[in-house]
Amino acid sequence: MPLSLFLVQMLNGLQFGLILFLIAAGLTLVFGVMDFINLAHGVQYMVGAYLAAMFTALTGNFLFGLLLALPTALAFGLFLEVLIFRKLYERDHLDQVLATFGVIITLNEAVKILWGAAPLSVPVPEILSGSIPLIGGLRYPIYRIAIIVAGLAVGLLLYILVNRTKVGMLVRAGASNAPMVAALGVNIRLLFTFVFGFGAMLAGFAGAMVTPILSVEPGMGDNVLILAFVVIVIGGIGSVRGAFLAALLIGVVDTLGRFMAPMLLSAILDPSTASQTGRAIAPMLIYVLMAVTLCIRPAGLFPAKR
Amino acid sequence: MTDAARPVEQSVPAAAPASLRRIMVPIVVFAGLAIAPWIAQFGTESFILSLLTRVMVLGLAALSLDLLIGYAGLVSFGQAAFIGIGAYAVGILASHGINGIALQTAAALAASAIFAAITGAISLRTRGVYFIMITLAFGQMLFFLATSLAAYGGDDGMTLPSRSLFLGYDLLDSDRALYYVAFVTLGLVYLACRMLVASRFGRVLRGARQNPVRMQAIGFSPYRYQLVLYIIAGMIAALAGVLLANTSEFVSPATMSWQRSGDLIFMVVLGGMGSLHGAILGAIVFLLAEEVLAGFTEHWHIIFGPLLILCVLYIRGGITPLIERTRP
Repeated sequence: MPLSLFLVQMLNGLQFGLILFLIAAGLTLVFGVMDFINLAHGVQYMVGAYLAAMFTALTGNFLFGLLLALPTALAFGLFLEVLIFRKLYERDHLDQVLATFGVIITLNEAVKILWGAAPLSVPVPEILSGSIPLIGGLRYPIYRIAIIVAGLAVGLLLYILVNRTKVGMLVRAGASNAPMVAALGVNIRLLFTFVFGFGAMLAGFAGAMVTPILSVEPGMGDNVLILAFVVIVIGGIGSVRGAFLAALLIGVVDTLGRFMAPMLLSAILDPSTASQTGRAIAPMLIYVLMAVTLCIRPAGLFPAKR
Repeated sequence: MTDAARPVEQSVPAAAPASLRRIMVPIVVFAGLAIAPWIAQFGTESFILSLLTRVMVLGLAALSLDLLIGYAGLVSFGQAAFIGIGAYAVGILASHGINGIALQTAAALAASAIFAAITGAISLRTRGVYFIMITLAFGQMLFFLATSLAAYGGDDGMTLPSRSLFLGYDLLDSDRALYYVAFVTLGLVYLACRMLVASRFGRVLRGARQNPVRMQAIGFSPYRYQLVLYIIAGMIAALAGVLLANTSEFVSPATMSWQRSGDLIFMVVLGGMGSLHGAILGAIVFLLAEEVLAGFTEHWHIIFGPLLILCVLYIRGGITPLIERTRP
């Protein structure tokens, strides 16, 4: 296989993984601290994308669109928290799953009513358009590089925030033993609202960042939500570090799998069967990966709870 | 989660009427379904029959999920995958010219049992939320597998050449016959499940749900019982899939979308967990509400979603306990 093509796929995998990380980080912290399973987290990603698309169209500038979308996504997340999610913390997981499932149904439809069922597209910002040359004559779009850089920057920021600040210390403590932290006099509700809003904004940021490369459509959050679940299950619930590594792993395995499975199979099968079988197997790879991880370590790679 | 079972034993003086009402609910439900085709002939018969057949088929799937959620505390978010296995068994075999319902059903049951055994063996090693997420992920795995089956319609799904044949005869072509096949299947499975949950097997599972450590201490391994239950539930849902494919004469990955799994959980919770007939009642209310709302507006989800949230927040325990508790 040509090395440059492999490199392009690796970069695509990295970019996809970092987007997944932005979504999974909030999900894993919310679950880790409050034991709250939020299916509607993927909706935040969709809302972020729609807000970015709307504000970009209004201002005519992607950067302004992004800057306006972030606080709006944050506000929307906090609005949902106050209106619905707060009532669910004391409930069992089944109720949480169902109620947040209801939120998904409602918001997917609301988005369809507000912006129509047809996918929206957002142009790549002028300054980040074009591509840079890689080895072997292949080129790679600058915008995707920008996503990788932004993702890594947010990852670093989160690392510092979680590991080097007082709030981060409380979040880590909350993830490993919330009742104890509350008993020590920390307002765990306030801490949680903070974590929740931050997670919602990160998911919104991920949604806004992908608008120039993916179509913005109702239900776009559903699939990434399930992938984010796979990520946090592999990474260990409550662990940001685990989410980061697992997200990159999933991103790379999924992207390379789709690309390489048909190619590898063509060595043993005839081309048309190989491409068909390859396309059938590739989407299953990450779930197999998850199953294997759980067989070896049922609580994920870096469990936060002991 | 234990709320559903509790209210019944509370008041001793009202015990007799309460238990009577408990038997009345399934009797009324099944009697209503039995005479529905007779009433349907005064309306748009084919529409009512196909709607009610769908209700019973999804009721069957919800029943299988109630075994898991209501009796073993296993919240599976991937039950629709098994409906998909059943539907695709019919679709794939039919596209190769194998139309007999017996063979199709056998294939569906075998495939679902194998899939349940493998995924259940892995999923049941985990607890709580991990279990929810893993069953969801396995469901998605199968969903994406179905979308990539280009030979069998891929994303778009495939239309069946005809309904399944019974011993070579096209008996199921009549909507009324299909209705009664679904009705009898639902009734038999309901009775079998009743016996199952009342048996020693069912008592072990309920014990394991309430206190797994104690069950292990007295010599039971809950894991094995749960795995067997998971396989049984999967096979029942696959049976529902066989019927669903025949009802709609169409098979597509949407049959096993994760939203369908969510709908099934809602039916179980809406009807009342851990009563079996509650799941059927939940399916009836769910699908009729869907039908009524869809008649008002194409954006019926915008009403349905908030209703779902309100039900979860304010109707705890579901409909069945409400009926059983109501004093005449």
